[in-house]
Amino acid sequence: MIEALLVPFAYEYMVSAMWVSAMVGAACGLLSCYITLKGWSLMGDALSHAVVPGVVVAWVVGAPFAVGAFVSGMMAAGVMSFIRSRTRIREDAVIGIVFTTFFGAGLFLLSIFPSNLRLRTIVFGNILGIADADVVQMMIVTGIVLAVLAVRGRDLMLVIFDPSHAKAIGLNPGLLNALLLALLAAMAVAAMQAVGAVLVIAMLVTPGATAYLLTDRFGKMCGIAAGLGAGTAFAGAYLSYFLDGSTGGTIVVLQTLFFLAAMAWAPRHGVMAARRARRVAMTARAAE
Amino acid sequence: MTWLLAPLSHGFMLEALAVGTLVAVTCALLSCFIVLKGWSLMGDAISHAILPGVVLAWLIGLPLAIGAFAAGLICAIGSGMVKAHSRVKEDTAMGVVFTGMFALGLVMISQITSDLHLSHILFGNILGIEREDLFQTLAIGTVSLVLVGVLWRDLQLFCFDPGHARSIGINVGRLRLILLVVLSGAIVAGVQAVGVILVVALLITPGCIGYLLTDRFGRMTAIAMGSAAVSTVVGIFISYHANASTAGSIVLVLSGLFVVALVLAPRHGLLALGRARRRALASDR
Amino acid sequence: MSAALSVDVAGLTVAYANGHVALRDASFRLEAGTVCGLVGMNGSGKSTLFKAIMGLVEPAAGSVRIAGAPVRDAQRANWVAYVPQSEDVDWAFPVSVGDVVMMGRYGFMSILRLPRAADRVAVTEALTRVGMLDYRDRQIGELSGGQKKRVFLARALAQGGRVILLDEPFTGVDVTTENAIIDLLRGLRDEGRIVLVSTHDLGSVPTFCDHVVLVNRTVLAAGPTEEVFNAQNLSRAFGGTLRQHSVDAPAGQAATVVLTDDERPLVIAPDGRVLGRLVTDA
Repeated sequence: MIEALLVPFAYEYMVSAMWVSAMVGAACGLLSCYITLKGWSLMGDALSHAVVPGVVVAWVVGAPFAVGAFVSGMMAAGVMSFIRSRTRIREDAVIGIVFTTFFGAGLFLLSIFPSNLRLRTIVFGNILGIADADVVQMMIVTGIVLAVLAVRGRDLMLVIFDPSHAKAIGLNPGLLNALLLALLAAMAVAAMQAVGAVLVIAMLVTPGATAYLLTDRFGKMCGIAAGLGAGTAFAGAYLSYFLDGSTGGTIVVLQTLFFLAAMAWAPRHGVMAARRARRVAMTARAAE
Repeated sequence: MTWLLAPLSHGFMLEALAVGTLVAVTCALLSCFIVLKGWSLMGDAISHAILPGVVLAWLIGLPLAIGAFAAGLICAIGSGMVKAHSRVKEDTAMGVVFTGMFALGLVMISQITSDLHLSHILFGNILGIEREDLFQTLAIGTVSLVLVGVLWRDLQLFCFDPGHARSIGINVGRLRLILLVVLSGAIVAGVQAVGVILVVALLITPGCIGYLLTDRFGRMTAIAMGSAAVSTVVGIFISYHANASTAGSIVLVLSGLFVVALVLAPRHGLLALGRARRRALASDR
Repeated sequence: MSAALSVDVAGLTVAYANGHVALRDASFRLEAGTVCGLVGMNGSGKSTLFKAIMGLVEPAAGSVRIAGAPVRDAQRANWVAYVPQSEDVDWAFPVSVGDVVMMGRYGFMSILRLPRAADRVAVTEALTRVGMLDYRDRQIGELSGGQKKRVFLARALAQGGRVILLDEPFTGVDVTTENAIIDLLRGLRDEGRIVLVSTHDLGSVPTFCDHVVLVNRTVLAAGPTEEVFNAQNLSRAFGGTLRQHSVDAPAGQAATVVLTDDERPLVIAPDGRVLGRLVTDA
């Protein structure tokens, strides 16, 4: 029985997939703390769709796909910011208009330039078949994101919590927001190659949301989210060997299960805890 | 001229035009409510969340549309429940729920060996639409339009000021459910015809075009429906002649109209705002 | 910056992207050691004026100078401290009282924002001064309205701000905290700082503000409270949105007037002087 469970570790491609997933999962998990607190949960969704035209253009001009994707994502973010600041249209509508436009442009370009780019791979990712060169690139991006968060993480947190105070002490909230956006775009592009466009959204949201329910300290939240991200990614990659497919799907299902568990049983912010607190309050009032 | 109108000589093109315009107009009407209510990204979420419903329906032997519809409703209601029962914010709740459901769908699909035409579900297939799908779309579209027409004023109030609506005795919870049901139905019908991205775009952009061009709700809906219909027709023609993605072409035309409105709208457009600002600064007190 | 501390607003005009001109040609000057009330109704441009002093909006015309230099220099020197309105804060954010007060020290730390002994001492002293030391490890959402306000005041103290801006500090705050805040503000004034308090609570203004700036799309009047804070200027600032009741007076004599915006009525003597707040024996 144990031998059966250990089979995946015998294959180099599986071990590689598990470790790469874990690293990407950790970085996404850490970043997701900032993303969820900032209110950018659906921004990851928008960015992961907005990168498509960039990938096609990159293919046409012969540039690396990741660069094209990143540039396309940042352009979309820039357009969103422009429209939002100048008109009365709400934030969520602006995000929707811009990302569907970019994705539509991507579909259009994809159909015009015959290529072997398969939209399926862009949307769904393919970690088990990922080339070594791409793995190196993903690890570099992950490393950079982790390093930047280590250095500027507290300022980024401050800008999310109180941008006015940040400005008052001489920080530049606009630049720091742009930095966070760039980190999001870079991480999304890197992770998408592994798990695909839709699931990368989950990895950039769900661990942070889960950790948010489990603690009141930002530092602990980051630790829990990174750990959850790494653990579920590792486990998901491992399980996908037995389930024969959809590594990304397995990872995200695991992450969602953890979230639901936290929502139910978190010691202070879970549904059970809230009910208990209400009961205690009711009986206390009745006793008066 | 005949070259330009060549698409009209093909039966499948005529059907595509008819179905496409019907879907577009229905979604455009809904988009006015959606945009004002702040549900713009709910359309995106539901469109992805239908996947496990489709797979489950296929497994059980139910019509795929029913499974999709149920999954869409579960996503919308589930997001609301997560938000209500935890301190997680609305956008995060929606993100967790729809991606979780989509992931579940992917895992389920990977366990099933047979071919589910996944790409058709996600990217639509307007040029190869089946007769029964056509009738389904027609039915859903008509029901949606009728429901919205009957509940016009109440829905408008619900989107603008739900608190006031509740205080004058309107059953806000039921209205919310009705709007979600109509939305889910439109998404399911639309996705089969034109794919996820186009449906999402049609549920947001037309309403915003109307919102930029007028301050009256009635006119907003008319402008939204008109621009959606025009975009569909022009987009289909372009895709025919350029041999390009139909959904992509329609979205680009629609967004093009949005950009035009954004710049030129008489009161809320960029040029008008710039003029108002300059005038306000220059005026003598 | 070696010049003496002052806040100098000259001909300030601010227009937003949608064409709305929030402030036009606003001017006033404050010297060190003052508590100044910024008074005006909602929509008068008070918050815009605040944002301009903090450097959050760019003026279309005019300037704001702190100690004779542009606001950016004051920001870099950590001179400007801001106590936000309660509605503007995300109370569910996972930070403790101590964390928030430590944020006031970020401007003094290295880029990694690792606190040193001096920072920890500053935080402790600030928390002690506002009476919140025992709550250091509590998450900010668990506090009462008054306690929440004190935390952000402590942040301003830890920062050592020379120009302290408080945005509607008395809304949702109990009387004890209000008095504590007023005592604190007086102490800050005696230390030579400039304290700007934005408020529409007219009744409390004479109790702790030595200067007043009345705002209604521009600065209507600015100066010492006794000179500027009178019935005439108030009606210009509030433009008829205040209710006025006259108390009967013997024939031939002017009446005592009570002005109210329904929150805290203001009593004005027959000669136009503001007497103070109307206190009811509830």
